[in-house]
Parts: sequence; C-alpha cells; structure tokens
Amino acid sequence: MILNAKIPDGALPEKWTRYRSTVRLVSPANKRKLEVIVVGTGLAGASAAASLAELGYKVKAFCFQDSPRRAHSIAAQGGINAAKNYQNDGDSVYRLFYDTIKGGDYRAREANVYRLAEVSASIIDQCVAQGVPFARDYGGLLDNRSFGGTQVSRTFYARGQTGQQLLLGAYSALNRQVARKQVQMFARHEMVDVVVIDGKARGIIARDLVTGKLERHGAHAVVLASGGYGNVFYLSTNAMGSNVTAAWKAHKRGAFFGNPCFTQIHPTCLPQSGEYQSKLTLMSESLRNDGRVWVPLRQEDAQAIREGKRTAAQLKEEERDYFLERKYPAFGNLVPRDVASRAAKEACDDGRGVNPTGLAVFLDFRDAIQRLGKDVISARYGNLFEMYEKITGDNPYEVPMKIYPAVHYTMGGLWVDYDLMTTVPGLYAIGEANFSDHGANRLGASALMQGLADGYFVLPYTIGNYLADEIHTPSIPTEHEAFAAAEARALELYQKFLSIKGSQSPERLHRNLGKIMWEYCGMARSEEGLKKALGLISDLKSSFWSDLQVGGSVNEFNPELDKAMRVADFIELGELMIRDALDRKESCGGHFRTESQTPEGEALRDDQNGNYVAAWAYQGDSVAPELHKEPLNFEIVKPTQRSYK
Amino acid sequence: MKEKDTIALTLKVWRQNGPSDKGKFETYTLNQVPVNASFLEMMDLLNEQLVGQGKSPVAFDHDCREGICGSCSMYINGRAHGTQSGTTTCQLHMRHFHDGETITIEPWRAAPFPVIRDLVVDRSAFDTIMQAGGYVSVNTGNAPDGNAVPIAKTHADEAFNAAACIGCGACVAACKNASAMLFVSAKVSQYALLPQGQPERRERVLKMVSTMDDLGFGACTNTGACEAECPKGIGVTNIARLNREYFGALLGPGD
Repeated sequence: MILNAKIPDGALPEKWTRYRSTVRLVSPANKRKLEVIVVGTGLAGASAAASLAELGYKVKAFCFQDSPRRAHSIAAQGGINAAKNYQNDGDSVYRLFYDTIKGGDYRAREANVYRLAEVSASIIDQCVAQGVPFARDYGGLLDNRSFGGTQVSRTFYARGQTGQQLLLGAYSALNRQVARKQVQMFARHEMVDVVVIDGKARGIIARDLVTGKLERHGAHAVVLASGGYGNVFYLSTNAMGSNVTAAWKAHKRGAFFGNPCFTQIHPTCLPQSGEYQSKLTLMSESLRNDGRVWVPLRQEDAQAIREGKRTAAQLKEEERDYFLERKYPAFGNLVPRDVASRAAKEACDDGRGVNPTGLAVFLDFRDAIQRLGKDVISARYGNLFEMYEKITGDNPYEVPMKIYPAVHYTMGGLWVDYDLMTTVPGLYAIGEANFSDHGANRLGASALMQGLADGYFVLPYTIGNYLADEIHTPSIPTEHEAFAAAEARALELYQKFLSIKGSQSPERLHRNLGKIMWEYCGMARSEEGLKKALGLISDLKSSFWSDLQVGGSVNEFNPELDKAMRVADFIELGELMIRDALDRKESCGGHFRTESQTPEGEALRDDQNGNYVAAWAYQGDSVAPELHKEPLNFEIVKPTQRSYK
Repeated sequence: MKEKDTIALTLKVWRQNGPSDKGKFETYTLNQVPVNASFLEMMDLLNEQLVGQGKSPVAFDHDCREGICGSCSMYINGRAHGTQSGTTTCQLHMRHFHDGETITIEPWRAAPFPVIRDLVVDRSAFDTIMQAGGYVSVNTGNAPDGNAVPIAKTHADEAFNAAACIGCGACVAACKNASAMLFVSAKVSQYALLPQGQPERRERVLKMVSTMDDLGFGACTNTGACEAECPKGIGVTNIARLNREYFGALLGPGD
C-alpha cells in the first residue's frame, strides 16, 4: 500500500486557505441525515463533537469517565501556544511553525504543522468568546509566558490550570449541543472495537461500564479522540484510566500506527518514592521560567545530600552545577523537554542525583524569590507549589523542589493524512491519538493547541470531504453481520479473561510491563536492550494469557475486567513500540538511540535514512507487523542539527 | 521499608452492590501502609489484599490522581475528601493518619447522587445542570479577537476563582440539605463576571436553578459546610452572587 498523505498543492502558506475554499461541502439538509461517532471527550473530542453538532451533523460522543468534563486534558497545567504576537516580540505564524518543526527534530510534516500554526490564533479567540478566564494583565489584555524551545512569549494560560479551563470551555460547548439534542452523550462507556463494513468505518462496539453490556452504535464516520498511550509505561503523568484500547482496536482493523516509539519524557515531574506508587505527577514546565535546575558539582556533596548530612541551602554557588545553563547558554533552563530530560538523567547517572533513590535533580526558586519576591512567585505558581507540598510534605518556598523526568505524552499515534483520516476510510484520529504534528518531540503548550486545532478548526472542514460521498447512505443498520462479529469478538475476549483464573492481577501485569518499557524503551534505547525487551514482552504476554486473575462477570460493573482489556492492548502496543525503536537506528527528539549521538552526547539524526514517518500495519496476532514509510519532504525548513547552545 | 515509614490501619468501608442494595460497612485490617502513599494508593493496597483473598475489590471513582479531574469522591471519617482542607482524596497522603487508626470510608450520600457500587456514585445530575445553561452560546468560528474586549484583571481573576470548580460534588455531600448551590453558583458567577456571559445572564441563572431544583437537590440554608469542604476553595460569596443574579433575573430584563 502506498501511503498518500494527500497534502494539497501550492505554496506552504496557501495550502490550507486553498483547501478550505475548494474542499467539498455537505449541504445543511444532508448534514442532518449524517451521523458521526466521536470517541473521547478531551480537548480534541469535545471540541470536535461540539463543532460538528453546530454544523448540523448528528453526533454520538463517548467517554469512559463518569462525565465528559473529566477527560485527562483537564490536567494540563502550563498553557496553550498561539502566534498572536501580542507581546510585539517578533512572533508570527512562520515562527511558530518553525519552532514546532525544529522542536520536533524535523520528523513532522510541514503542511500539517503550518496549518496548526495558522489556526492557533483563532483558538484563543474562540476560547475567550466561550468565557474561558485566561490570565490578563492590569490593562485587561491577555497575558503570555514563555515555554521551552522558543525565544518569544506566546503561551496563553489560566494560572496553572489552563487545560482545565480550556476543557471546561469545550465541555460547555458540548453541553449546549447535548441540550439541543444534536449530541447524544454516552459517559461511562468504553469503545472496544471499531466496525468496518466494505472497507469503511461504520460504527463501534462500546461497553457500558456500569452494566457491562456491549452495545452497537452505527455512524457514517468514526472519530477517535482517545488520547495518548503513555500508560504503557505504567508510571506516567497520564490519568489512571488513560488507555490505548480504542486506538489499538482501530489498528487491528486496518489503521496504520505512526511512529509508535516517539514518546515524550517530561523533565519536571515528582520523583518516584516507592513501589506502591500508581502514577507520577507533573510539575508544569512553566516553572522553568523562574526555577533553576541544578545538582551538586561534586558527587560527594550529592551523596551527603542523599544521606541527609547536608542540605541544598548549605551548598555555595561554586559548589552547584546549573547544568542546563552551563550546557545550553542560549536557552538555559528553557531547552526543549527531551534535551532537559536527558541532561537530568546524565547528571543522575553521573552519581549526582539528590534524593535517596539517586534519581532526582533540584528545581530551585531561591533566586527568583529574592529577585521578584514571594508574592510574585506565588501569583505565578501558587497552586503548583501547594500541590508539591501536599504530595511531598516539603515547602518549595523554602527548599528546592526535587524533580525527575517521567513519561508524559506520546507523539506517535494512528497515522493520518492531511484530512486527519486514518488508513481506514471514514475513520479519523485527532488530538494526541494521532501522530501528526509534533514529530519526535512536542514543545510545551502545543498539545492543547493541537487538540483544539483538530477539533474546532480542522476536522469540521476535512470530514465533509469524505461525508460528501455518503449523503446517499442511509442510517447504518447495526444488525449487519460485521456488528455481530465485532460484538462476539469482544465478548469472547472478556470471557477469556475471566476463564484464565490465574494468580496475577491486571494491575501487577501492567506494572511489570511498565518496568520493561521504562528500562529498555525509555530515555535511552540500545539495540541490545531493545532485543532483550522483545523477549521479556513475549514472556509477559504468555503470563498474561495463562496467569491473569480477574473476578466477577462480564455483565456488571467490573473495573478489573475493564483493566484486563486495557492491559492486553498495552502489551501488544509495547511490543510494537520496541520494534519501531529497534528499526529507527537514528536518534531524534525523544527517541535516543545510544548508538547514535554526537560527541557531546546530543541526539544525532540520520537524515539520509531516518527522514520518514514509520507507519506500521497489523498483520495478525502471530505475524510480525509490516512497516510502511512515508517520506518527509522539507520544502521550506532545512533540517539541521538542533542546537540550543 | 523501615518500621516508622509504614502504619497499620483498620478500615470501615461502605460496601453496596448496586443502587437497590441496602449496603453495609465491612471492616478490614491493612498493615504496612507507606506514609508517603496517597489515600487512593492505600485503597489500591487494600484491593490487592482483597483480590488475593478471593474477595471483590472496593469500587471507587478515580482518574487523574492529581486533584483536578474531580473523579475521586470519598467521605473519610465524616468529612468529604477527609480532614485536610483544600485537598481532594487523591491528594490526601497517609502521613496525615496515625498508626493503629480506624478510618471510616463512605460514598457521597445525596439523593440526586445514587450509589452505583460501593463508593461510586452517579453524578450525572451535575452534567444535566450544566446542559441547562452552563455555557455561552457561541459557535465555532468568527469569534472576535481575544483582545477586542479588555477585561479588568480583578474580574478575570474572580471569574477564574469560580471557574476552578472541579465538579466533584463534595459540596453536595457535605451539605445537610444536599444542596448544589455552591456548584451552580460557581458557574453562574464565572459568566456573570465576564462580558461574554452577559447576553444570556438572566436566562442562564433561571434555567440552571430550576434544573437543580427539579433534580432533587435541596435548598441552601447558609451553613457554609460546602465552602469548608470544597477542595478548590470555592467561596460562599458565589452563592450570594447566585442569589442576587437569580432575584435580578426574576425581576426581569433591564437591570
């Protein structure tokens, strides 16, 4: 199969304008007859469901949480980028585009990223109109802050709860359409399969998580906005329920998976404190605006701190190594996430970590508090400081925070073309669920931008291009044998989980998977380690299918059974991630192959051989997946070695 | 793990098989609970123990585990989200409990929040209230420039404070009348304080309040338990504003 990204002709800045003016339309009378399913109600899903309903489509929206407002976009802290140039600091659509391509280490599609930068400004306008209470300055105008990987201030924010406020904005738009009966909302429902009829996505099988019953839902198109798969690592900043099942089932029905190994490790998270730990908590990247990252210069000082014999405050200036400022003077503490994370890992590998596990560095606000005063710091980061103290018991106004990188976001996802359609006609993927805009590393405050860009301003146009051919298709009958077969497959899986009656809970198997992934497919990856991991995953898979323990029955509220399905899919995905990481021999962005680094230890790309999107096709449970490559053509930006020095 | 780093607990947990089941407390002993674990991680340990004994795990709602999604909803020792102020259950840590303590854990108890199982309740009534008017009627596209209308920082900040509500329902659970006034007032306040909320200001408050009443939430008698238990510090001044908005709206347009 030849992958066709369907990028419109014309110069880069004109592609989207021309596309919008020439794309096929669906008349209002026909929109009323067309049904669209949206799975997931985070920023991408809620904004898409609301916008499609406003256009007149009949929408069914699904989320596994008890309310659409609880999707994990709610937890995004720092902000949302937009090329508004309100600060008069030289920002432009081109600069946002360029920063995003460069930040992604030249592994994203130019046309998609340019479109993202183009629509970014409209997102802010839309959210303000919805009543999103963004931070404002004393003149009443919108305020901005800086984020990693950029030299302008283009990040809009709402204290440390930007994701919450943007999601509640999208949720309010969704609620308005629920009230108008344009959207039918299914909370506490999990998609467990996509139904493909004559090669087109025609609906889904969903499980009502309260009754356990499997339901059939038909539609003319299916949109997956089901988020990322960071929980394959067990410990991550994702919510406990975040899972890959919707995307993975779509993959097994023919949707190619793009760049699965591209994972973002976020530098500023709370370090792990024990085996019981269920998740890792992010401290917003915005903290790096004022916080300085350091470790002791000497290993013996670090050891003394680990053993509690010395404190951070006792170390003099010349005994500290502000390693980001030292290594990257131009960007300092605001280097992109992948660079900051690796630098922290290096410092700890060098024996200079500062907590008992040896896996933490300081994020210190002492100088900022001296310079700006406690009140200013409190106004900027108050809620983050409180959260830190609640979790750790330490007061960051007095002692430096301790942080360590943790899995945060997945740039990989379902492969989509310019229309955001997967390789299954009529099946779309938006937001974090697709692979499209962030290349091998995402810049801070760009996930919210992409989720809302896809949902508010891209999909509502591009979906018409497909649905224009569906206006003669009547409502999809769920009695069709494809629905019956998909439902039977799902039921069989659930019954199989219950029948194993082994000794390991889904949670424990998940934790073991996470350890393999973090050790061998985390911040540093080597051929030797990845090959070993393939064997370990294969053993884990056997344990899962022979020793899983789940009680209860299918037709009841049964969170353990829900979890079993998610873990089964995570294990299969983990295997694909490792294959992808093995196949991509270069380093790029968050994908660091130890065999490919510069003399200074930075990621070394191989543009001769690595300039492609990996798109994996599922071939069967016991057959190796097939790799397709979409070459990346850079017309405007010339890929160079990234430098933040 | 060192001895002082863990505590032993007796847990009295509400178990209820479904909305029609009568329900009862079950008592469990849980040893070696790390003091640095969160309350929900303690519940994970309990469930691991129960599953190991062939018993059914305790069902509870949880998701982000960082205090923002509003999923977790436990009544701990007679207090919504426990005794720490400004803290959701997921951010409550075991260092605040002592060795040998008995902890009583119940679901939110309010007629509009029926129990689904154990500690899981159905809070969809909150969504229904929001659908009645918790939005600004603006379609995607064609919004004016974000800086077209300046908003005084004080108003923007006050609107944000109200908008910080996470919809967890602790206010309802804490209220002797199971009133949802704090929840409704937070959303009404956010929009009343912003220029974008003005066109629908009157209609919004009337619809949201009548929906709240229809769903069976009780009246407010100014006890203030909601404010005391709100993990996000939403204040009862919002209820005062809701009352003013409501009576203003009853008097008709032209205020």
